[in-house]
Amino acid sequence: MHSRSSPFRLTVLLLICTSAGAQETGEILRGQILASTCFSCHGTDGKSAGSIPAIYGIPADSLRRTLQEFRDGRRPATVMDRHAKAYSDEEIASIAAYLSRIK
Amino acid sequence: MTLNRRQFIGYLGAGAALSALPRLHLSAANPQVVVIGGGFGGATCAKYLRRYDNGVGITVIEPNTDYITCPGSNWVLGGLRTMDRITQRYAGFKTYDVKHIAARVERIDSALQSVDLDNGDTVKYDRLVVAPGIDFKWDSIEGYDAQAAEQIPHAYKAGPQTELLRKQLMDMPDGGTVILSVPGDPFRCPPGPYERASMIAYYLKSHKPKSKILILDAKEKFSKQGLFQAAWKELYPGMIDWVPGTQGGKVERIDVAKRTVFTQEGLTSHRGDVINLICPHHAGTLAQSAGLTDASGWCPIDQKSFESTLHPKVHVIGDACVAGAMPKSGHSANNQAKMCAAAIIALLREEEVPIPSHVNTCYSLLAPDYGISVAAVYHLKDGKIAAVEGSGGVSPADADAQFRKREALYAEGWYASITADSFN
Repeated sequence: MHSRSSPFRLTVLLLICTSAGAQETGEILRGQILASTCFSCHGTDGKSAGSIPAIYGIPADSLRRTLQEFRDGRRPATVMDRHAKAYSDEEIASIAAYLSRIK
Repeated sequence: MTLNRRQFIGYLGAGAALSALPRLHLSAANPQVVVIGGGFGGATCAKYLRRYDNGVGITVIEPNTDYITCPGSNWVLGGLRTMDRITQRYAGFKTYDVKHIAARVERIDSALQSVDLDNGDTVKYDRLVVAPGIDFKWDSIEGYDAQAAEQIPHAYKAGPQTELLRKQLMDMPDGGTVILSVPGDPFRCPPGPYERASMIAYYLKSHKPKSKILILDAKEKFSKQGLFQAAWKELYPGMIDWVPGTQGGKVERIDVAKRTVFTQEGLTSHRGDVINLICPHHAGTLAQSAGLTDASGWCPIDQKSFESTLHPKVHVIGDACVAGAMPKSGHSANNQAKMCAAAIIALLREEEVPIPSHVNTCYSLLAPDYGISVAAVYHLKDGKIAAVEGSGGVSPADADAQFRKREALYAEGWYASITADSFN
């Protein structure tokens, strides 16, 4: 999703961004929705709080390939093969793109 | 894209209209979302509302200042964790600028879009999220009620009930019988009772090895059954007996003083040294009194937005709602909360509700180094939440010890991440 800047957009942002510490207010993207379901096990923003691997900030290509390998049974897994089978290439690409942008 | 001009003017208009109303509790400048309940559903929803929008006012009404999770409470029974390690403290409310009102809800007025609290205050909302969890159907087992639960714990809301059951297990003599009574569907955490049986067996095996566990089940089959039963044979041979409903498993009555349960219209009785009676449940009583439940005792919702089909602008998430094929679990509630938050922000902005996607992953610990899981991904199909075909399922039956050990490690990792994702 490309962003459209306009003086009006800026005004709205200034008016509604009143609280500190939160992310930019904007459209809720498909990748964001899908990736939010990863966070239950992999931690908020993919920053794991425990023994499950962190998944943020990894190049999108690498993430995409990993998920496809899980899905197609080409990569050993405990549970990720069962998850990955649910997603299309397009969905995997949007998850990977979103997660790769998290710093 | 952020708010368009029409939506932005809409907000100003709404603010102006609201400010004219008396007893307005919160700032009128921005839309207000009120969340009732601070469990996995409520706490996650509040956090993700903020992650999706900086401007919306978010208030959580929850009488407690911390939350003892049901996930992990079986590990306490097994002696693997202390209560402190399953207690969450709502650190996320401060981080995400969520107002926490420690009060009980007395009444929801969906016509006035307001919530009356037991401290005398009234809170107005533009959108309300109700996440009350479950309460017990005390009348469903003769002789069992809230008072009886002080002696015969259900331990299916974590807290003092967990500690009571743990104490009874520790006080039980070697060679005693533990009875675990499991209700019919639907109930929260379908594999929960069987993980519990495993954890109790783990404790008994090392402390009271002559003891037995008798599972009296109202159902004919249960979640991850093959994996559980194979593991019981391997880890706790001869210790756990499971009786399905048609073979006398459905508990109908209890004599609390004699610690005896009755099945098959009183023809069969079992005495337990410890009885854990998981009473059948329905949606939290608040959902009932607010008119959000139907004849089933649960809350019907639009499965895209989680908006109640009975009261507009009121959303119900977590165990209390009927979310298609999703089981009632903390993981489900956490995912539903995120989809509900995204839907509410879209509705407030007069944008289209995003297409939801859900996951449920449930780990069960059968011993400290033996874990199993069931996973599912859900999408919206013909307006209902349905499992994505060809995905999900349980851990392989033929997995080796290393695999089980890794899933045990991931069970703990799951707990760490989902509690952080929900409460921090």
